Amino acid sequence: MNISAHPSLDNEMTELAPNQSPSGLLRFITAGSVDDGKSTLIGRLLYDTGNVAADQLASIQATSQKRGLAAIDWSLLTDGLIAEREQGITIDVAYRYFSTARRKFIIGDAPGHEQYTRNMVTAASSADLAILLVDARKGVITQTRRHAYLAHLLGIRELVLAVNKMDLVDWQPSIYQAIVDEFNAFVGQLGRHHVQAIPLSALNGTNVATHAEAITWYDGPSLLEHLETIPSRRDADQAPLRLPVQRVVRVMMGNGANDATDVEFRGYQGTLASGHLQVGDEVEVMPSGHRARVTRLNIAERALQKASADSSVVVSLDREIDISRGDMLSDPVHPPRAIKIITADVCWLSEQPLQAQGKYLIKHTTRTVNALFDDLSYRVDVNTLAHEAVPEKTVMNDILRVRLKLQQPLFVDSYADNRTTGSFIVIDPVSFHTVAAGVII
Amino acid sequence: MNLQSKDLLNMPHPSADHLDLLEAEALFILREVTAECRHPVLLYSGGKDSAVLLHLAYKAFHPERIGLALLHIDTGHNYDEVIAYRDRMAERYDCQLHVRNVEDSIRKGSVRLRHQLESRNPHQSVTLMEAIAEFGFDACLGGARRDEEKSRAKERIVSVRDEFGQWEPKNQRPELWSLYNTRVAPGNHVRVFPISNWTELDVWQYIQREDIELPKLYFSHLRDIVRRGDILVPVTHLTPANHGDTVETISCRFRTVGDISCTAPVASTAITVADIIAETTQCLLTERGATRLDDRASEAAMEQRKKEGYF
Repeated sequence: MNISAHPSLDNEMTELAPNQSPSGLLRFITAGSVDDGKSTLIGRLLYDTGNVAADQLASIQATSQKRGLAAIDWSLLTDGLIAEREQGITIDVAYRYFSTARRKFIIGDAPGHEQYTRNMVTAASSADLAILLVDARKGVITQTRRHAYLAHLLGIRELVLAVNKMDLVDWQPSIYQAIVDEFNAFVGQLGRHHVQAIPLSALNGTNVATHAEAITWYDGPSLLEHLETIPSRRDADQAPLRLPVQRVVRVMMGNGANDATDVEFRGYQGTLASGHLQVGDEVEVMPSGHRARVTRLNIAERALQKASADSSVVVSLDREIDISRGDMLSDPVHPPRAIKIITADVCWLSEQPLQAQGKYLIKHTTRTVNALFDDLSYRVDVNTLAHEAVPEKTVMNDILRVRLKLQQPLFVDSYADNRTTGSFIVIDPVSFHTVAAGVII
Repeated sequence: MNLQSKDLLNMPHPSADHLDLLEAEALFILREVTAECRHPVLLYSGGKDSAVLLHLAYKAFHPERIGLALLHIDTGHNYDEVIAYRDRMAERYDCQLHVRNVEDSIRKGSVRLRHQLESRNPHQSVTLMEAIAEFGFDACLGGARRDEEKSRAKERIVSVRDEFGQWEPKNQRPELWSLYNTRVAPGNHVRVFPISNWTELDVWQYIQREDIELPKLYFSHLRDIVRRGDILVPVTHLTPANHGDTVETISCRFRTVGDISCTAPVASTAITVADIIAETTQCLLTERGATRLDDRASEAAMEQRKKEGYF
């Protein structure tokens, strides 16, 4: 197996300096198999933090009663579609919101079973953290490993191993410890991660939002405490500057906004994918290779001295360079690779099989180029992580190592270094569907 | 165990940096869609969510003018104040405003009402689709949020609609990272929701931070109402008091402003945005649960409407 091995778990990489407070927004996903209690956990988190409104609660209470259930069926809170309620399953990813005094949270709630890979990949692409649920009675199962692998593939370094239903095994520390050890041994093979294991009971709410004092052998945080204090991806982002240009702004006579005083203005709009940018900084423009200095940084009329990752800004430069949408401003000392052949792991998302000879579109940052699948190296068995020969027909949920030939260069980093410049989607130029997601090696 | 106590309710955040992140995400989406789509339009009703969206569009394009026209589908059942506000904002932001009326669809026969006072809210879909065909729009940007309703929580930020405007929840395009696929076949279009990830509280906090003007209806005022269960029905020419109703004059405000026949106010004394934020923080009812007559029809009312082309 071709897995980079880092035997020890690394806690240092994500720790914040003591004077830094974590960002006010954390995105996380929950994963687990069907009956591990995912909906119950989400319902519990929302309810215990006061994020379930009285009318919602009344509605799901009534439905639970109508169905003859003794307790509230929390999945009614999260399964929003008619078909989901009819069939009692979750069909698609949903996004949930809740907040506490310390933070706002966005949960990517991915279904556990059907079409698991594709949905999990979708939800994981924007997450800072993954909660992997395990039933204490069943321990680490294939699905746990699969979800851990997918979280790893999508670059999630913060994992929570939520050992649920601990009440059903009488809170025995030995059972918990065995599960934690097995999980750590598996995750250790994948790479650098930070794992926080938490024994809990989602149904009773033990160690979910409140700390269970009675569990004397566990002195770690409750799930909510952990979620409130863990750094987001953004807090840890020390990567070099990458600013894909979204739009070129030109103000001439007559097209200025109401209070814009400039008669002539030329600037470049985009979101900092990583790094910082300050007035006076020198940037390198890809693909021309020209360099220029930043003369102005703005968010609308507000002038900034410095912008950090995830800011959506307008940049002015000190000289006229030919720059258009799809170009990239980057750190001249650490520029991205400009390449026409990329090696990547792709997750096939479509019901239409991959056409090895067919032309596809690759959307990477703000640039879309024509591409061909030049080589299909192997398929990853997401259960065993083994590399297999590529099957005749690529089907939905397959993960493949591929080589793509591009018509024009892209400016890339490896996904491990940069989630924005290391990721792309594949679009079918005929149906216009998004058929695959890729992470650059 | 019931931990649903006041001190745990969503308190405003000590730092507003989540608003910066939500704003940056929305600006990014607005710019992507206008860079990639041929003929996008911004749906604008004069409500608080579209007020926020218009302000975000201003920021997304600055120092250029907003590069989008506004489209309002007017049910003919709007409060005069909201219409005046709509026109004023279009002028302030220097945007072209297209108004298309459900009334015209009724006259043409493409909308048929069961009775004269029926809510025209669901019929907006027909007029909207007619406007999309008339102008050839390939993207409609709107201020819908995923926290409004359960089926909305399932919808993508860039959502493909077919020529009937239908949303297919079981067959959505996967949406990964911030790589939005805006491509559509001729005849189809996308609905784009740049503030999908915002909650009602985020919207109010942002309105406060950015000092965004809103129609006065959002703030407490005295109004004649009739109580129907837990809903306060405003007494208007479209929703008159029935024989035997007790009409009360109370202090109230609207949490959502839409078609008169289906939006209800809530009792409130909030006269500033800060007051509203405080009330929103303490409120135990969802925005739509307390105020929308049409979402109550069944558990899946919104999903049904969206399948039929509703925003």
